[in-house]
Amino acid sequence: MKDPQFLDSSRRSFLKTTGHLMIGFNLLPLAFCQTKGATNEVPPYSGTPLRPHIDNKLIDSWIRLDAQGHLTVLSGKQELGQGIKIALIQIATEELDISPDRCHIINSDTGQTANEGFTAGSNSVEGSGKAIRNAAAEARLYLLKLAAQKWNLSPAALSVENGTIKSPSGNEISYWKLLEGKFIEGTVTGEAIPKDPKNYIYVGRSLKRDDIHKMVMGQSHFVHDLRMPGMLHARVIHPPSYQDKLVSVDLAEVNAIPGVVKVIRNGSFLAVVAEREYQAIKAATKLTSLTVWRKSQIDILPGKLIESIKTSSGDPEQVKVYPGIEEVISKAAINHQAEYFRPYQMHASMGPSCAVAIWEENLLTVWTATQGVYPVRATLADLFSLDEEKIRCIGVPGSGCYGQNGADDVSGEAALIAKELPGKHIRLQWMREDENKWEPYGTTMAFQLSAGMDSEGKIIAWNTTVWSDSHSTRPNGRASSFVSAQHLETPFEFSKGGFSAGSYRNGIPEYSIAAKQLHLYNYSGPLRVSSLRGLGAYGNTFAMESFLDELIHKSGGDPLDFRIKNLEDPRAKAVLEKLGEKSGWKSRQKTANNGFGIAYSRYKNSTSYFAVLAEVEINKTAKRYRLKKLTGVIDSGLVINPDGLINQTEGGMIQSASWSMMEEVKYDQNGITSVDWISYPILRMIDVPEVEVYIIDRPDTPPMGAGEAAMGPVSAAIANAIFDATGSRIRGLPLKAEKIEWEKI
Amino acid sequence: MSQDITLHVNGETHTFSADPEEPLLYILREEFALNGAKYGCGLHQCGACMVISDSNAEFTCLRSCSSFEGTKIITLEGLAKNGELHPVQQAFLDTQAAQCGYCLNGMIISAVALLETTPQPTESEIREALNQVICRCGTHSRFIKAVKMASEKLNS
Repeated sequence: MKDPQFLDSSRRSFLKTTGHLMIGFNLLPLAFCQTKGATNEVPPYSGTPLRPHIDNKLIDSWIRLDAQGHLTVLSGKQELGQGIKIALIQIATEELDISPDRCHIINSDTGQTANEGFTAGSNSVEGSGKAIRNAAAEARLYLLKLAAQKWNLSPAALSVENGTIKSPSGNEISYWKLLEGKFIEGTVTGEAIPKDPKNYIYVGRSLKRDDIHKMVMGQSHFVHDLRMPGMLHARVIHPPSYQDKLVSVDLAEVNAIPGVVKVIRNGSFLAVVAEREYQAIKAATKLTSLTVWRKSQIDILPGKLIESIKTSSGDPEQVKVYPGIEEVISKAAINHQAEYFRPYQMHASMGPSCAVAIWEENLLTVWTATQGVYPVRATLADLFSLDEEKIRCIGVPGSGCYGQNGADDVSGEAALIAKELPGKHIRLQWMREDENKWEPYGTTMAFQLSAGMDSEGKIIAWNTTVWSDSHSTRPNGRASSFVSAQHLETPFEFSKGGFSAGSYRNGIPEYSIAAKQLHLYNYSGPLRVSSLRGLGAYGNTFAMESFLDELIHKSGGDPLDFRIKNLEDPRAKAVLEKLGEKSGWKSRQKTANNGFGIAYSRYKNSTSYFAVLAEVEINKTAKRYRLKKLTGVIDSGLVINPDGLINQTEGGMIQSASWSMMEEVKYDQNGITSVDWISYPILRMIDVPEVEVYIIDRPDTPPMGAGEAAMGPVSAAIANAIFDATGSRIRGLPLKAEKIEWEKI
Repeated sequence: MSQDITLHVNGETHTFSADPEEPLLYILREEFALNGAKYGCGLHQCGACMVISDSNAEFTCLRSCSSFEGTKIITLEGLAKNGELHPVQQAFLDTQAAQCGYCLNGMIISAVALLETTPQPTESEIREALNQVICRCGTHSRFIKAVKMASEKLNS
């Protein structure tokens, strides 16, 4: 067995002298300890000066230069597979004029990094990127001033080349030599002016992600790969359905199984801990067979779901009001009304959620793939009635989550289990069925749209009503947001704590229409829900861009020209114009067996612009259709890493195609029945369309989050293409072939 | 009940005591401290757990370790030779064919097995071979590109 990678002695004494060491916590338990074998591991860079995060205003909270001539960037945002690490490294090294290969990054660790809330809403580049840019610019100025003082020159007279400051007369000193191992003690004052994008060297280039190198070699990367000395494996036996209560279980029989260390029961929370992972799985299977549950049926079943949504009581939130809009619409030369629906859909992470936790002398450490280490810490503090300072949450990448999957819940459960076995690292991984049944889904939504057009086909009024459950029940300091906290002997009672504005995200059209109105009914549905990539924008954009297509069809317009004509923002027009040009829209070959659909949206009506063309092929005999190709154009302002932006956009397009064509959580009165990849199929390789993505780079405008931009438009583009091919308008997701009226073609 | 199991993994033979019914996946991760093969579904549905066994891409999350005795197992970790990445690994790196990366093991293993039997696959053969692996991030188009690139390199 190899020892964990400890700090060298000079570093340890250095830590003591800073006076900032967090009492009791070993600051380096994040080393990926290997138990056996492990021959090809590249140890994580260990030169970074370690000290707890103190204040967002300190340069040192974001930027650290160490005695070995390296730079470490600290970010409160988590790497979720979106490539945020390389983007933030590019931003920092750009401002500091340091080669990116001398740069490391530490992401989301309550022991070290700033509290940047959740890594969500496509705002990491806008938020963390901005903070890091400012801190790096400030660090550069601080260092220039030090050198200027030394040489009795003005800072403006100096230049920097890969971390070495140079004077016109030939003096040279590196950042690191200048600091002599000390921290940068400055604060981010706003005095330093970040670089003009015209002078960018690293930003705007497709630098490669370091983590992909590790992944292709099978090196430890995921929270699933953590191996700690003496680590034990746990499994949780969740109730068969949401409200079921554990009546009895024979613990003795399972306790006697070889390898089983402990069986834990607290109310309806049931878990087993074993020496080996397979022993834990086998014991959990046995334990499941010995449980007796008091069943509680789900009352609103799929067949009644839409009716239940539409009859939900209460007054609507009047998000945008235009008095008398109904009359404007009814008197218009052309008017139209339609209803749309979006089912419950899963994050369906490929790797079921996993976390590692240990309690040592009343201090809790959790390695977690959460999107928010600080919010999870606050929630754990509530769960255990413990001071937040006694908990450290260390972010480690998980399987892609696309919003709130089971990562938070499994972290809470690992901590609950570890509490019963102090001093032991507990690794808990959910089984596939746990993830599918217990993750909080993207909520079902319903939409009613009506609009009026004048005789020339100009839309004069647009009225939207949205019905939606919450788009965020994330951990927020209340233990009840952890699903298993609701199952304890003394349960934490869940309350939604209000509905989120995510419900009407992108609900109000950006098109130039004189009269617009949006009412929102908040609905409490039967299934557990929280944030899924794009929140309400996915459903709202599906409804809006499908309905717009219906209006365009009624008025005889061209789907591309109509959008361009009715948008005012030149950047919105530009993505559509480029789409037309790149996809050959005007010269498209329409046949009896294909169809083309366009959709557009500016995500949140305030960030990235995205336009997309979908091409479908139909097979009338087989009554099937195939998504042949998706072509997208994105403008997300200044592009940090073009290949990263393309990768994320391609991914969003394919994921949305999967949601939109195939996905719907199935359940009955006894619970969720979409328990695996057969009962919840997603798009696989043979059905994935060809995808093409084009970027409009805007170096003179701020960078904007891009990861969610494609989700909504792709769904509508496919529906519009199906309509073009078949004349069938499918208004309820998913866009299954059986919903097409084949006999009418 | 434990018994002696002998496996040939990445060019080395190991004998150890284990439950013969224990799926190979857990043996690789715990006994060999390997990370490439991953748990995804435990049902042979997603491909996260794949290894190469006698030139075929095989699931390991249900299939017992003892059933792999006498075969030559190569995991993701065993593809690189003398510090040099396998052309498929290199192509995945060159095309930046990953988002979260959880599926990479299954994709790379399936691609390596494909290219052994079909050095110059068509796009539909690539799609067919990689269809057994789930990717939730939607990185599929890059995987196709990477396998084509690796095929060209192997045949050049």
